[in-house]
Amino acid sequence: MNHDNYDDNYIRSILNGVKSIAMVGASPVNVRPSYFAFKYLAQRGYDMIPVNPGHVGKSLLGKPFVASLSEIGRSVDMIDIFRNSSHIMPVVDEALELPTPPKVIWLQLGARDDAAAAKAEAAGIKVVMNRCPKIEYGRLSSEISWMGVNSRTLSSKRAPVPTQGMRLSLNRTSVGGGATSASDRAAKNKNELT
Amino acid sequence: MTDRLPGFSTLAVHAGAQPDPTTGARVTPIYQTTSFVFNDADHAASLFGLQAFGNIYTRIGNPTTAVLEERVAALEGGTAALAVASGHAAQVVVLQQLMMPGDEFIAARKLYGGSINQFTHAFKSFGWNVAWADPDDIASFERAVTPRTKAIFIESIANPAGSITDIEAIAEVARKAGVPLIVDNTLATPYLIRPIDHGADIVVHSLTKFLGGHGNSLGGIIVDGGTFDWSKGNKYPMLTEPRPEYHGIKIQETFGNFAFAIACRVLGLRDLGPAISPFNAFMILTGIETLPLRMQKHCENAKAVAEFLAGHSAVAAVNYAGLASDKYNKLARKYAPKGAGAVFTFSLRGGYDAGVNLVSNLKLFSHLANVGDTRSLVIHPASTTHSQLDDAAKVKSGAAPDVVRLSIGIEDKDDLIADLEQALSA
Ligand SMILES: Cc1ncc(COP(=O)(O)O)c(C=O)c1O
Repeated sequence: MNHDNYDDNYIRSILNGVKSIAMVGASPVNVRPSYFAFKYLAQRGYDMIPVNPGHVGKSLLGKPFVASLSEIGRSVDMIDIFRNSSHIMPVVDEALELPTPPKVIWLQLGARDDAAAAKAEAAGIKVVMNRCPKIEYGRLSSEISWMGVNSRTLSSKRAPVPTQGMRLSLNRTSVGGGATSASDRAAKNKNELT
Repeated sequence: MTDRLPGFSTLAVHAGAQPDPTTGARVTPIYQTTSFVFNDADHAASLFGLQAFGNIYTRIGNPTTAVLEERVAALEGGTAALAVASGHAAQVVVLQQLMMPGDEFIAARKLYGGSINQFTHAFKSFGWNVAWADPDDIASFERAVTPRTKAIFIESIANPAGSITDIEAIAEVARKAGVPLIVDNTLATPYLIRPIDHGADIVVHSLTKFLGGHGNSLGGIIVDGGTFDWSKGNKYPMLTEPRPEYHGIKIQETFGNFAFAIACRVLGLRDLGPAISPFNAFMILTGIETLPLRMQKHCENAKAVAEFLAGHSAVAAVNYAGLASDKYNKLARKYAPKGAGAVFTFSLRGGYDAGVNLVSNLKLFSHLANVGDTRSLVIHPASTTHSQLDDAAKVKSGAAPDVVRLSIGIEDKDDLIADLEQALSA
């Protein structure tokens, strides 16, 4: 997998396929990006599980926090990791030891660990890095177009009027396979500097 | 399976637009409303907290305007865009995200005269200092860099003389200095030049010109290339520090590669207020659908008119980068192979007086202060758009006293040439 540039079909098949998502590093603080993403994905119908040892005993939008992946007590389709690049490997190791490992491991915007990704992929797990599932869902459904964001998709079909909690269709025509050359360049520039 | 890439003309018609979910209307409706109802208190709070996608109030965003924004972002190859009331408003909003009082930015000396004024006078009162550099001398940009430099600003095709800027060379200076390159792409439009592909980080436009294209609506837009890492060097606190007006959100961390466009919207447009009318957004959007066709005709006509003038005995010189003999022809062939635009200048052997005579004798060309209209336009920059500059600055910016500027429209080229011919011999 080329982790500089994902094809839209790859992201689309993940977001269409997974039902349950454990969010490692989920925050109950309502200005943190993890809170935004958790709330949005829950509203779009995903079965969300907040994982954060610092908040056990509390809950996030009605879902109780668990301390670690192994304490979820059931299998999940996807693990969404809200941790810095340097804290990814231990979470991937823990995921690989679960009785039923996840189908997808997703690293948030800004997070990338190529060695951890290779390890997960060797075990048959799909990996996405340095992306936000809320942004990608909003982009592929074009819901994010309300903010002037380039969804890089087209459709001549009349969409249903969105209501709260509705799953949106992600099956629009992609414009350019998922990333502009500009954002590829940004990713490369970033690597150059670190 | 990899997705197929639609072409530029397809994007010009379709990007950002979809049949209206409620009515099925195929053309983007004009949502001429100030405000939008919330579903409930939680929805309102989520929208105000930037947690949910949706509309609040037309100063911050509007569904008609959003289609225009996504369309221009797609045409420029950027990650997001923000439309505002005018090209000048776009420039203020961009720099407000980058500059603190006492900071500097470097600007090319060859710019629209209004931009030279805005940078020299209006921005001075904000404590933003401009350092001028010569786009024909790349080293002059390097020399202008200081620890307080926050951005570099150039025009791709420069007003008034239609000269072509070496975007890649200046992008390299910006990259070394660790600052974003802002390109005003008004005169080229993304049909002729896509600055982000050449290393620009931010593109601005006066939509008033070729993008709208019909001389009927003012507008401006900011396109985020998604290419700049705002966190390096801690130079851009608007993007990286917790924002008190949003309970401590950090814009770059939250919005990733379209953070700059979001900062322009929620910190710039929201608080400074230069919103575009949804009606203007609609007019400009309609104009953009024919952008590729119009630009082809504009360029074809401009080249024919420039060739005619170059061969006329009353003309001293023609500055059109599309002419093989022009100083900028090599850059034009590299950056704008489809055409060198339709705004250029020429000077008359009879000097200032001959220029003034020509303008008054023309019958089809309109004498007015705009460019990028379907109609052909003429102006004498030294006495109008560039009149507030001193004589030396007029010459440096390409608006010497004997210079006449044309913006060639999409009429029949033979009629344009006949009008110039009669006016030159009158
Ligand atoms: C190159 C260029 N940039 C910016 C502007 C300013 O745009 P507006 O008049 O929409 O504010 C103009 C207007 O003439 C222009 O020609």
